[in-house]
Amino acid sequence: MSSETQKILTTDGIPLEVSLKKAERKNKIKAFLLVTPLLLFLLITYIFPIGDMLMRSIDDKMVTKMLPKTFKAMETWDGKELPPEEVFEAFYFDYKKLIEEKTFGKLSTQLNYTKNGFKSILKKLQRKMKKFEDGNYKEQIMEVHSRWANVEYWRAIKERAPNYTSAKYLKGIDMYKNEDGKIVSVAEDRRVHRILWVRTLEVAFFVTVLCFLMGYPIAHLLATLPMKYSNLLMICVLLPFWTSLLVRTASWMILLQQQGIVNDFFVMIGLVSDDARPEMMYNKTGTYVAMTQILLPFMVLPLYSVMKTISPSLMRAGKSLGGTPFIAFWKVYFPLTIPGIGAGCLLVFILAIGYYITPALVGGASGTLISNQIAFHMKSTLDWSFASAMGLMLLSGVLAIYWVYNKLVGVDNIKLG
Amino acid sequence: MALPKYTEPHYRIWHYTYLFICACVFFFLIAPLFVIFPLSFNAEEFLVFSEGMKNLDPDAFSLRWYKDMIYGTKNPWGLAAKNSFIIAIFATLGSVILGTVAALGLSSRHMPFKGLIMATLISPMIVPLIISGVAIFFFMAKAGLAASHTGIVLAHIILGTPFVVITVTATLSGFDHSVTRAASSLGSDPVNTFMKITLPLILPGVISGGLFAFVTSFDEVVVVLFLAGLENTTIPIQMWTGLREQLSPTILAVATCLIILSTLILVTAELLRRRSERLRGINR
Repeated sequence: MSSETQKILTTDGIPLEVSLKKAERKNKIKAFLLVTPLLLFLLITYIFPIGDMLMRSIDDKMVTKMLPKTFKAMETWDGKELPPEEVFEAFYFDYKKLIEEKTFGKLSTQLNYTKNGFKSILKKLQRKMKKFEDGNYKEQIMEVHSRWANVEYWRAIKERAPNYTSAKYLKGIDMYKNEDGKIVSVAEDRRVHRILWVRTLEVAFFVTVLCFLMGYPIAHLLATLPMKYSNLLMICVLLPFWTSLLVRTASWMILLQQQGIVNDFFVMIGLVSDDARPEMMYNKTGTYVAMTQILLPFMVLPLYSVMKTISPSLMRAGKSLGGTPFIAFWKVYFPLTIPGIGAGCLLVFILAIGYYITPALVGGASGTLISNQIAFHMKSTLDWSFASAMGLMLLSGVLAIYWVYNKLVGVDNIKLG
Repeated sequence: MALPKYTEPHYRIWHYTYLFICACVFFFLIAPLFVIFPLSFNAEEFLVFSEGMKNLDPDAFSLRWYKDMIYGTKNPWGLAAKNSFIIAIFATLGSVILGTVAALGLSSRHMPFKGLIMATLISPMIVPLIISGVAIFFFMAKAGLAASHTGIVLAHIILGTPFVVITVTATLSGFDHSVTRAASSLGSDPVNTFMKITLPLILPGVISGGLFAFVTSFDEVVVVLFLAGLENTTIPIQMWTGLREQLSPTILAVATCLIILSTLILVTAELLRRRSERLRGINR
């Protein structure tokens, strides 16, 4: 088109192009304004607090704030031999202040995280310090306990000088930074967290597999039965789906207890003798059984919605072309259900990996998962920064899976009920 | 599913095995719920079927645990039920309003950054509850809302909105936008159009989203565990404490009531889903 071509104008004399763009922009703003209230609400109450967790997990200002003079004095100390008198003096005054403020307990907890054995020597120092004379604090402190004359303990204090730390994350996978600044694993018998991570993944994986093995046949049955039967059977899937999680867990607690119905049944058919009833609750078995039943609907529903769209004539065509029913199923039907399998498995896996209530109630000591550890640190040890670090590690795993899910299925395609 | 007459025997065997497997899985899904019913009428204190119950002796059954649930000493269930309903109702209202409005924006063609915003809005559904619990607790503690009804309601709005957003966006995907344009061309303002045209048409989706939000709030225990004080105890919290400390038959009486409630909700949700499908012409 030549430039002389007349631009199309609206009745107001504005070029149509401009007018259209304006209208589009207006619509964009309108749409965005509709989303804004919820978006802002979630950002403030939810997304930013998750960011806050990140800050907490790496924040290490607590010790820095408690021992300001000590860290100032330590700046010139190279950490090879025992620190000079100034450091001891600064530490004496910092600690004295903490005792006056009655917050020295926090310091001993914090330093004990860095190096075991601080708790007792700090307590002893607190008792002896009342009789300290002015001057020559190095000698006096070293007298209190031989560990105060050990350079490693002073190095441990210096380690806490930076404001930010990755220590909580390292602790979450049972590692720490040793005196030389190298990252190493803790002793074999103290690796509690790695066991939990492995167990969480293992439980989530096997629950997903079990759900798939049980969910696939019934989803297939539901999708191929005539409507009036399948609607009735669908209730078996939907009723547990809508029932309270705690109710379902409670019913498993009743079923699986040692005098419970499952054990009664085993005794009746002679599988086990009456005096050797197996323990099926408060261990991994309980976690597996209960979680599989609770998460099964989340597998069946996506599978069902995909299978419903597969025309039965495809299987007939496969068979008529000479395939046995098995080959027709494997080569024709099964590949078509893969989107549903992906959706169901990822959904179940994501839910299972963060499960808390059921493992806490039926899992006992050997069936608890990473979430239970997070809750334990939130509520019992009050080590919130460690709980945050563990939570964020779990979250990053879930988000990675979610990203895959989004690539494969698309978030918009999630269907409910 | 009747098999045709010409079916080969080994395939016939496989078919019945398959039906048997399906029956077992359905049994596994539904049977645990039915254990609770008879045991909640147990006259004794133990959570096993007594000899009397096995012989269907009427004396072995009683309503004693239901009485205990309603009139029992210290009775935590009354307060818990009241709190649960108040919290769930307000959380549902909040989720439905915020979620529906956001869904309207999201399903507009003109929405910028659709994927990113959708992902943000439904993130509370994806993030493990325990992490949501920690994050929300940090916020509520800072805002001074921990151990208050307001805090719990806000937390449940966060957890409930994704369900409303998803169901309403799904309903809107089959929505014929020319009807709203017709209304506008006839001189109706946007609010009026929404109330008179859009809302009645998407109502099934809105209500079923609301039901999800209600159930989420009513059943939620992880986040409440972090937030609730003694005054804010809810039914799930009471059940959680009861299950951890001692499994009393009173819990089973409560559980029975909850199963009845969930059956009602299931029926409502199913009816709504079918109505919505009919309206959208997906009738099969």
